[in-house]
Amino acid sequence: MSILDNLRGIGARVVNAVWRIGYASRFFLMTLLYSGMSFRRFRLTVREIFFSGVMSLIIILVAGMFVGMVLGLQGYETLKRYGSESALGSLVALSLVRELGPVLAALLFASRAGSAMTAEIGLMKATEQIAAMELMAVNPIARVVAPRFWAGVISMPLLAAMFSAMGVFGGYVVGVVLIGVDEGSFWSQMQGAVDFQHDVLNGVIKSLVFGVAVTVISLFEGYDSPPTAEGVSGATTRTVVQSSLAILMLDFILTAFMFRGD
Amino acid sequence: MSSPALLEIRDVNFAYDSRPILKGINMTFPKGKLIAIMGLSGCGKTTILRHIGGVLKPTRGYVKMDGQIIHELDQDNLYQMRRKMGMLFQFGALFTDMTVYDNVAFQMREHTDLPEEIIRDLVMMKLHAVGLYGTQNLMPAELSGGMARRVALARTVALDPMLIMYDEPFAGLDPISLTVVGELIRRLNDALGATSIVVTHDVQESLKIVDYVYFVSDGAIIAEGTADEIRASGEAFVKQFVHGEMDGPIPFHYPAGDYNKDLGVRA
Ligand SMILES: Nc1ncnc2c1ncn2[C@@H]1O[C@H](COP(=O)(O)OP(=O)(O)OP(=O)(O)O)[C@@H](O)[C@H]1O
Ligand SMILES: [Mg+2]
Repeated sequence: MSILDNLRGIGARVVNAVWRIGYASRFFLMTLLYSGMSFRRFRLTVREIFFSGVMSLIIILVAGMFVGMVLGLQGYETLKRYGSESALGSLVALSLVRELGPVLAALLFASRAGSAMTAEIGLMKATEQIAAMELMAVNPIARVVAPRFWAGVISMPLLAAMFSAMGVFGGYVVGVVLIGVDEGSFWSQMQGAVDFQHDVLNGVIKSLVFGVAVTVISLFEGYDSPPTAEGVSGATTRTVVQSSLAILMLDFILTAFMFRGD
Repeated sequence: MSSPALLEIRDVNFAYDSRPILKGINMTFPKGKLIAIMGLSGCGKTTILRHIGGVLKPTRGYVKMDGQIIHELDQDNLYQMRRKMGMLFQFGALFTDMTVYDNVAFQMREHTDLPEEIIRDLVMMKLHAVGLYGTQNLMPAELSGGMARRVALARTVALDPMLIMYDEPFAGLDPISLTVVGELIRRLNDALGATSIVVTHDVQESLKIVDYVYFVSDGAIIAEGTADEIRASGEAFVKQFVHGEMDGPIPFHYPAGDYNKDLGVRA
């Protein structure tokens, strides 16, 4: 009896999960389909860039600085063993541009801006603002969802770039200013090691993909949340958890395609 | 039917999951009239409005506005139809991230190319009409419940709709605002040449202003008539409702199994 119940429970959960994935994909397609307004009235998107992008800037800059400083310390410790402290610049820059910049910026963006998007849209739904908009013959996907989506997609690579730049500066402060690695070789090694297409462009592609994933998850969770206080808070938690997992999984997949041992 | 009805509801049935909510509703809303839908909490009044707005689809029957059946319209035509309607939500549903001004201006900006000066004048006119001129720079969170309702009212009529729906416009208003809002609903209806539907529990207030009343109980119409007919009615449920008595033919309880039996089974 209880085995049957368990099986039934598992089945229901699987069906539910598949159903939600389908629903989320449809939501994503609708968002793309109704994106016209986000560009025709670009001010709507700019406003959301301010709220999600600019408001995340401080936390991104501070975090980037500290991550770069840690990289400077750890990198120096390791490189010193092989007598190649001068390669510190390239180590710091490559780690940041290829991996840590896009991934950590996206994780921070998910918890700072993604959760806020979910809560905002969830509350708009709970207080019937979405329904009111629809009855005013304004499509809420076009008016509310799509501008936030594009704002996230536009902000994400910029935030990742700033994270990396701040990180490089942090590595410089620790490596060159505090520890005393030669400044000239720090920068020149970095310049020589970082390839625009292979490293920088791939990093940008990563952060674009993360931007799409995080904003779609955040917006969908908000739009789909039950219209109650618990519903919205649950959705906010799910946003952070699912976005973080999605970022890390996608990062592995993208890295495997981009840097497969060459 | 050849009467110049703006809106007709014919034999509308609707169920949430398998619980029937509306059971064969028939209503007619002639042009220019102010009509009330009354009934106890949970009897399906908001659900009727949702059908008119095309948010819900009837399982049987149809809602026809201006010659078109609402649930058969495609998205573009439905949106076109909704532009002719205004709906005041039960809890206002003001956009919390916009000022009062932007809330009232919302539809003008979305649906028209009016220059900002004209929008400004229109917004001030609408705010003045609901007695809230001077609040334009406040955020919805800074308004009291009654003020928010009046702002929502201004927003509802921003584009002079043909059909105005009010979901509980009187709930939570002080006696003066109550009369003011009642008068306002009547005046807006007549000035705009619109047709209005007022969903309400407030029998006394609404009987003063409406032309016709439908009483709904448990998803079906149990009485209807003009305001005078309703006042004079000898029917038990109408009297019960008008005088707010506990005992009478209208069930107060949510439809479920027998409560006593439930207790008996558990004991
Ligand atoms: N989303 C929903 N899912 C399931 N049942 C619902 C839903 N919304 C409303 N109902 C049910 O439908 C019935 C009618 O609801 P409705 O909102 O139309 O009532 P109402 O007449 O407007 O009541 P009130 O005067 O309290 O606003 C209620 O019994 C409610 O339980
Ligand atoms: Mg209601």
